Amino acid sequence: MSFELGLNSFGDVPTDNGRVVSDAETVRLLIEEAQLAERVGIDVFSIGEHYREGFVDSAGAVLLAGIASATKTIKLGTAVTVLSTNDPVRLYNEFSTLDAISNGRAQMVLGRASQTQSFPLFGYDLADYEELFEEKLELFMKLQRESPVTWSGTVRAPLVEQTLHPRMQPGGIPTWIGVGGSPNSVIRAARYGLPLMLAIIGGQPERFAGHVDLYLRALEQFGMPVQPVGQHALGLVAETDDEAADLWWESWKPMVEMMGKERGFYPPTRERYDLELASGALFVGSPETVAQKIVRMTKELHISRFDLKYDLIGLPVSARARTIELLGTEVAPRVREILAKESTDA
Amino acid sequence: MPDLTIGILGAGKVGTVLSRLLVAAGYRVLISGSGPASKIALTIEVLAPGAVATTSDVVARDSDVVILALPLGKYRSIPRELLESKLVLDAMNYWWEIDGHRADLNDPRVSTSELVQEFLGASRVVKAYNHMGYHDLDEGPQPTGTPGRKAIGIAGDDPSDLATVAEIVDATGFDPVVVGTLHDSISLEPGSELFGANVGAEAVRAAVERFPATERGLEVASARDVAA
Repeated sequence: MSFELGLNSFGDVPTDNGRVVSDAETVRLLIEEAQLAERVGIDVFSIGEHYREGFVDSAGAVLLAGIASATKTIKLGTAVTVLSTNDPVRLYNEFSTLDAISNGRAQMVLGRASQTQSFPLFGYDLADYEELFEEKLELFMKLQRESPVTWSGTVRAPLVEQTLHPRMQPGGIPTWIGVGGSPNSVIRAARYGLPLMLAIIGGQPERFAGHVDLYLRALEQFGMPVQPVGQHALGLVAETDDEAADLWWESWKPMVEMMGKERGFYPPTRERYDLELASGALFVGSPETVAQKIVRMTKELHISRFDLKYDLIGLPVSARARTIELLGTEVAPRVREILAKESTDA
Repeated sequence: MPDLTIGILGAGKVGTVLSRLLVAAGYRVLISGSGPASKIALTIEVLAPGAVATTSDVVARDSDVVILALPLGKYRSIPRELLESKLVLDAMNYWWEIDGHRADLNDPRVSTSELVQEFLGASRVVKAYNHMGYHDLDEGPQPTGTPGRKAIGIAGDDPSDLATVAEIVDATGFDPVVVGTLHDSISLEPGSELFGANVGAEAVRAAVERFPATERGLEVASARDVAA
């Protein structure tokens, strides 16, 4: 069974020996980290899309183009592209260009966004959250799958017999749908026959087994071939479980406090955090712990791809680098070893 | 008691979890999304087997008790004529990332359940199941009397309605804790300590007592004083 391991970055600004790294340095750091990821054998490196202090991933295609020029084999994706507030035509042009620069290494995850700063920034109404995504997905997939394209809708100017350049390969680039738990989004991914990326950032990941079942049943109902399922999670790998837990907590606590303040919930306690490490959605621990947890997900959720978001505001640069190294040199081979052993045992 | 038919308006994250819990408790469950029954049929079959996927009108008409689990911003789309005189559980929250920024839904002088009650006029609204995250709702149910059982705060104006809701909450695996009237239910809303809480009955009661002295409690009190 082929299993892909990816890294996700939201361009979180790190610290370096206690100093907050500048935005521009963080951008350059991402390119170095992607190079490191390639060296240690990570399959995919993906960038998110956010518009707020502490994150520098607001121009994903530009960043990925920089990475494309500095790497040779690693696949280049988006951890999420907020399709709702992007123009599908512009996106097509950017990612067909990225695919050309990187010689076919471009891919994307499309989502509705859990952070919503892009709506006011680009003049969209949050109340149109659902409609924007639905219409733009229709157009974006039409652009990837057909040529020329004639389209009309309510969210942008109509297209009449348009062919965009540079052309993507026929059928387009690998395009995943990112879902955070909404059953409707799962059905939508199946309707388009697109692979499913489960963004699991809280609760027990096994609870998403129903969503995977729903996805597979829906693919069947729509007459679509089976597609891969992936999981996006947050975490850190260090030599020992305790070291990983303490290191992540230092940056996790202030982050969750900030998010809680915005969304009106109270921050978690260390007790709840420890529970989250033991049985929840965070992949924080030693290489063995993280590898075992990923293997468990391949069984519970039938995933064939796992993406770890390794950056977190304030996390030391050295901790990020170590996560990337250990993920590539220890976690990935261990996961593949266990999976291979199980498939011969079976 | 499990003779009751409980309806759920909203087949998203919260609606599907609640319908699973209610089916497990032995209730007859009807559930609807925003469109035709066919749109959610597979979702319900897979995620909440045993519940019946139907339309909002049928849910409202044929249920004894109806749970609101749709985005709060859409509460004016609820078929209120069909809910007249019925007990309605409000599990909704103002979530600006879904509803957009809405001053009307973010006024500390009134709880959002009071707005819902005002719109539904002839129904009896009780706040329930809103403060606990849907993962925790899903993972939390325990039989009555289990040590460490998690609690759900409920709020309403009529003691017999609160008693009915308490029975439902208990049947679905949680300790019910009455936190006050519908006006008081602001202590269960986003911005309050109890919002997001996944704790036992004692801790819920303690948080309710603390509420007036918290930053949010003081803000609410001062807005309400000015209004009075």
